[in-house]
Amino acid sequence: MNIFKNNIFIFFVLIIGLSMNVNSAEGTTFKNLKPGFSFEGPFGKFDKESLKRGYQVYSEVCSSCHGMKQLSFRNLSQPGGPEFPTEMVKEIASGYSITDGFNEYGEPLERSMLPSDRFPKPYGSKEEAKGANNGAYPPDLSLIVKARLDGYNYLYSLLKGYEEEIPEDMDIGDLSYNPWYPGGAIAMYQPLYEDSVEYEDGTPATVDQMSYDVANFLTWAAEPTMEERKRLGFIVMGFLIIFVILMYLSVSRLFRDVH
Amino acid sequence: MNHDYQYTPKNGFSKWLDKRLPLMRFADENLLSFPTPKNLNYFYTFGFILTMCLVTQIITGIVLAMHYVPNTSLAFDSIEHIMRDVNYGWLIRYMHSNGASMFFLAVFIHMFRGLYYGSYKEPREIIWILGVVIFLLMIITGFMGYVLPWGQMSFWGATVITNLVATIPVIGEPVLTLLLGGYSVDNPTLNRFFSLHYLLPFVIFGVVILHIWALHVTGNNNPTGIEVKDSKDTISFHPYYTVKDLFSYVVFLLMFCYFIFYNPNILGHPDNYIEADPMLTPAHIVPEWYLLPFYAILRAVPDKLMGVLLMFGSIIVLFFLPWLDTMKVKSARYRPLYKIFFLLFVIFCLLLGYLGAKPPEGIYLLLSRVSTIYYFAFFLVIMPILSRIEKPLPMPIGISNPAINNNSDSSGGVSGSPSYAMDSK
Ligand code: HEC
Ligand code: HEM
Repeated sequence: MNIFKNNIFIFFVLIIGLSMNVNSAEGTTFKNLKPGFSFEGPFGKFDKESLKRGYQVYSEVCSSCHGMKQLSFRNLSQPGGPEFPTEMVKEIASGYSITDGFNEYGEPLERSMLPSDRFPKPYGSKEEAKGANNGAYPPDLSLIVKARLDGYNYLYSLLKGYEEEIPEDMDIGDLSYNPWYPGGAIAMYQPLYEDSVEYEDGTPATVDQMSYDVANFLTWAAEPTMEERKRLGFIVMGFLIIFVILMYLSVSRLFRDVH
Repeated sequence: MNHDYQYTPKNGFSKWLDKRLPLMRFADENLLSFPTPKNLNYFYTFGFILTMCLVTQIITGIVLAMHYVPNTSLAFDSIEHIMRDVNYGWLIRYMHSNGASMFFLAVFIHMFRGLYYGSYKEPREIIWILGVVIFLLMIITGFMGYVLPWGQMSFWGATVITNLVATIPVIGEPVLTLLLGGYSVDNPTLNRFFSLHYLLPFVIFGVVILHIWALHVTGNNNPTGIEVKDSKDTISFHPYYTVKDLFSYVVFLLMFCYFIFYNPNILGHPDNYIEADPMLTPAHIVPEWYLLPFYAILRAVPDKLMGVLLMFGSIIVLFFLPWLDTMKVKSARYRPLYKIFFLLFVIFCLLLGYLGAKPPEGIYLLLSRVSTIYYFAFFLVIMPILSRIEKPLPMPIGISNPAINNNSDSSGGVSGSPSYAMDSK
């Protein structure tokens, strides 16, 4: 029963046990592709250039159907994100307009957007969104990476995973075939094709590259504080490790004479 | 128990205070010089860890409540506001949500410890019973807290679990309406859950005080299960156990921080990052991991009411432990048969947790049934029978006297006298 007495051993078993997500019961149809992202791992940081390109893909392609209601333009210049220069964010925001408040005659006022404004919504209501998409609702993308198991790998796989060949035993009607989507039949048409966007930095816009960049961008969007979290974690864990060694020595010393 | 030690106020002020409000005396007797068995192992540090968990939940919870909005159309976004815009809001929120998991992890270890060393036996019945009360309150608090972020699992979990109340004959329906503040989970439900979720931790705090008070009347049990005989068996709480508890807590914190900083969402369900939608049922509705064993018991039986009764029964039965296990020898260390059945019990509990996340069909359902039967049989059949037939191993005379007590029989440990070297530290 020596093992039973050893808490540290039990802690490790529990960490491993708990980390194997209890919810992993549901899987997608296919195993997700893992292209490898720079933000993975305890010291991971976002690739800023990829985030910038990812924003371009989102704003030029996805934003016509998907909103991102948790994000404001100002987030784009925040540390730990794409870090667009403030001036540029002002310019990006001013390209959109919003009705906000009333003039002296009680008529709604339209103005161009500011960095403090949220990303524009593609549709006025959920109903309108469904109406425009054959009854399927394009979900808000601000949290999509956290809302799916293994979110960013899933997203990457989904976006580049559309296939022309539909398995013979499947009848998908108007839907598109994508083996990464649970069930295989998805209401979103393939959104990305070669050169769907023309990257400002000249990177060739392959489907793979765009999928990768937008997955990067949406991971940041789901948790803009990730870099801060890992940075603080390193300091806290470092402190605790030193502390735990000192505490261990204190305990051994104290109990040395207790028999 | 207090031997010959006496608190003596040292300076003018403490003498003055001692005559009016003996606060320092109380602290000294209960926190500093409190005589504690010298052979407590690391399983005995979880009480302190649990206290720290409760304090952490309360402090982070109060800060969250400053920014959280308990309204169905704003709750989800207010959590995201905390995560994105509030300074260190992400930290507070991850501490609170992972803190709940750590709290339950610690309480499970704490309870299994009690089961293994027979800590619920005379004279510690009240300590154990208060512990079960705390556990029940924790479950209710955790369940209500999980509803607050108003994600898909919040909403559907709340719907499934509250609907269980309706299976109770006669009073079920009206109680359900009262609980929900209507006929389905909606804004009134969220409001009352928030109110209760804020209240219950303070109730828990009160019960914790009683729990520790009762502990300080009887003193700690210890891994030998042999009662303390004299001051040779004990050491003062401070510095020995303050330091040992703190060490253990820092190890615990390391694990806690791993989750907060490096894997903060692994213990939650991805669906809870989707805002609640009453028109869209998720593919699988699963509760938080710490409720999975109970969920498995609930679904192990085909009859709904029966399932509900068994689920609650699985906790209620714990109240009766002191009278189900009447064996005088406390610690499993000297009970070879009990030790085996205890280990099986732990395995079946873990299995129930695993099964709670699986659909109740085929092999999973069968295993849930077997585990549920074992769960109850352990308390209701195995314990009473073992109390009668088990022959304990020879026991040491006392905590600081390892010589074997030759006339130890099944009354061993109670009449014996001091004992045994430290078995672990
Ligand atoms: C023409 C409109 C349209 C465009 C453009 C579009 N989507 Fe979609 N998207 C949809 C619809 C509709 C759905 C709902 C699919 C369903 O329910 O089957 C959807 C669903 C999704 C989902 C959820 C899949 C799941 O697991 O439920 C993701 C992720 C997604 N889109 C990402 C993107 C990204 C990234 C882009 C840009 C590269 C994009 N979409 C462009 C219409 C669109
Ligand atoms: C026994 C102690 C407690 C437990 C076990 C507990 C548990 C929980 C859980 C599981 C959640 C859901 C977390 C999530 O999914 O994000 C939650 C949320 C919340 N709790 Fe607590 N809690 C406790 C104490 C408190 C206290 C004392 C307060 C306030 C004074 C509080 C306020 C809140 C608030 C405002 C939320 C919503 C924010 C959020 O979901 O992150 N909690 N709690």
